[in-house]
Amino acid sequence: MIMLAVSLWICGISYADTTLNGAGASFPYPVYSAWAFKYHKVSEIKLNYQSIGSGGGVRQIVNRTVDFGASDAPLQSDELRKNRLLQFPAVIGGVVPVVNIPGIQSGKLKLDGNAICGIFMGEIRYWNDGKIKELNPELHLPDKKITVVHRSDGSGTTAIFTDYLSGVCSAWKERVGAGKAVKWPAGIGGKGNEGVANYVKRVKYSIGYVEFAYAKQNKLTHTLLRNPAGNFVEPAFEGFKAAADSGNFDPEQDFYLWLTNAPGRNAWPIAGATFILLAKEKKNSNAGVVRFYDWAFKKGDETAEKLIYIPLPESLKNKIRAYWKSHGIY
Amino acid sequence: MVSGLASLLIIALVLGILFILISESSLAIRRFGIWQFISSTDWNPVRESFGAATGLFGTAVTTGLSLLIAIPVAIGIAIFITEIAPNFLKGPIGVAIELLAAIPSIIYGMWGLFTLAPIMADRIEPALQKSLGGFPLIGLLFKGTPMGIDLLTASVILSIMIIPFTASISRDAFNLTPDVVKESAYALGATKWEVIKDVVIPYSKLGIFGGVVLSLGRALGETMAVAFVLGNNHQITASLLDAAATITVTLANEFTEADTDIYLSSLFYLALILFVMSFIVLAAAKFLILKAERGPSQ
Repeated sequence: MIMLAVSLWICGISYADTTLNGAGASFPYPVYSAWAFKYHKVSEIKLNYQSIGSGGGVRQIVNRTVDFGASDAPLQSDELRKNRLLQFPAVIGGVVPVVNIPGIQSGKLKLDGNAICGIFMGEIRYWNDGKIKELNPELHLPDKKITVVHRSDGSGTTAIFTDYLSGVCSAWKERVGAGKAVKWPAGIGGKGNEGVANYVKRVKYSIGYVEFAYAKQNKLTHTLLRNPAGNFVEPAFEGFKAAADSGNFDPEQDFYLWLTNAPGRNAWPIAGATFILLAKEKKNSNAGVVRFYDWAFKKGDETAEKLIYIPLPESLKNKIRAYWKSHGIY
Repeated sequence: MVSGLASLLIIALVLGILFILISESSLAIRRFGIWQFISSTDWNPVRESFGAATGLFGTAVTTGLSLLIAIPVAIGIAIFITEIAPNFLKGPIGVAIELLAAIPSIIYGMWGLFTLAPIMADRIEPALQKSLGGFPLIGLLFKGTPMGIDLLTASVILSIMIIPFTASISRDAFNLTPDVVKESAYALGATKWEVIKDVVIPYSKLGIFGGVVLSLGRALGETMAVAFVLGNNHQITASLLDAAATITVTLANEFTEADTDIYLSSLFYLALILFVMSFIVLAAAKFLILKAERGPSQ
């Protein structure tokens, strides 16, 4: 009996040593689980990630029920200090406006912050509005009412998109603001990326926004956007990499940064990193989590790109390693 | 002894849930009060200002409308199975109806989004607009652009989901009508319709009512199927072709990403309101059934 108890106890310990438990954002779930699968093969360490949403991820790490939390929105340094947490970015994604206007192909329609803000505010109501025409003198824009499609569920995608709108448009910032769920001034809501994509595909003369990976895999009709440098850019790997390169992630601020409206010449303006949260006092499990992400930073870029995520730039990876070192977990 | 304990456990569970809901929502109750929360139409996570009126509106409209569609159809089905259908059809139809109840609600949701919503948007809703849209008042119900993601589509899906409950319970109730009574009516020269109308339905009205109450409970709480086709727009609207939000849909859509304490607490507050509302509605229905049962003997 005692033998059994002891052996169970030992099993329990060794189990805890070889399994890392994480929970949070659903957006990076595919890449985390692909990394975990490969990491298990080379290290015998299992990573168990539950994609329960960023809100849940933050709550679980604050309550210390998991080894790490994951959130699409970064937490501010003072909030991290209050809950004794560490934070670093893991991978980058982005948001892409998609449209359904018969006769207009992918990558043809040009929009800027003003126009897209006006559309989502419900103030620009027709596709042949002066503000859109001005940007697209060569396109024939129909005299049709615009249908706005947004997310009906709370989501990191919405957080990045509304942060972008708040950045380009003061009216949006004052009247609506940024968040995972907001009070939309116009439009209909679809559940998840697939809900929004389905509505945009079906409703003619509509516009919506989806994750970059989702738009690419499903070959949706995307628009070009004018970035703060004044160039119209494509939502493609290069644009996101340019955004990631020009973003100033500061370890002093625990990497708190929204990658929207990044200053790079060819930077896509609506990008965002997804973050990992660690509990400061859990040195043992932190070392395990850090080893996993260090491995992923070294060997995981290809996997990430295959799944249409943008790997962190090398300089940022080194900053993160220095951040780990300064907190004694690397 | 064991069964006694088990039933006590049920009561403890219900009270436990109520207790958790109250304690988790206490922050929102203190911030927004009771009447203000119920009457406020604002639902703004960014400004942290929350109210339940839009959710209550959506829940009431979808539930009411789905019952309105489902009850006549369900009773018709029950009458057909018990009184009209030839014997070889009764079995298969009965089984088919019960199978309808076994389909998981997420499947209704996907079907609603990919199949029913386009049909509603392209055919049924434009037809309704054309035929009824011109009337005063009734026309208001069908204003706007048909999208298929609205109160009407959600109610139709809900009604399909609750038809089996009402239908199979009504059928069982109809079957309980003694043949002697029916035969006496026929002997007096009553037609089939008269027998159904004046003998079978009055005899089994309690059973029908029970089925309706069960459906009501399901319609109030149904989540996934509605989440796909209702849009989760927090607004009160006259038109049935507008997106809206029910309490359960709001919970399903926003719970995972609710990041601030007051947001989460307000969602628990919504859940508490739904809990109390369902309790009151079902208790009232139970009370009516009891009263009706006692009725004849007095």
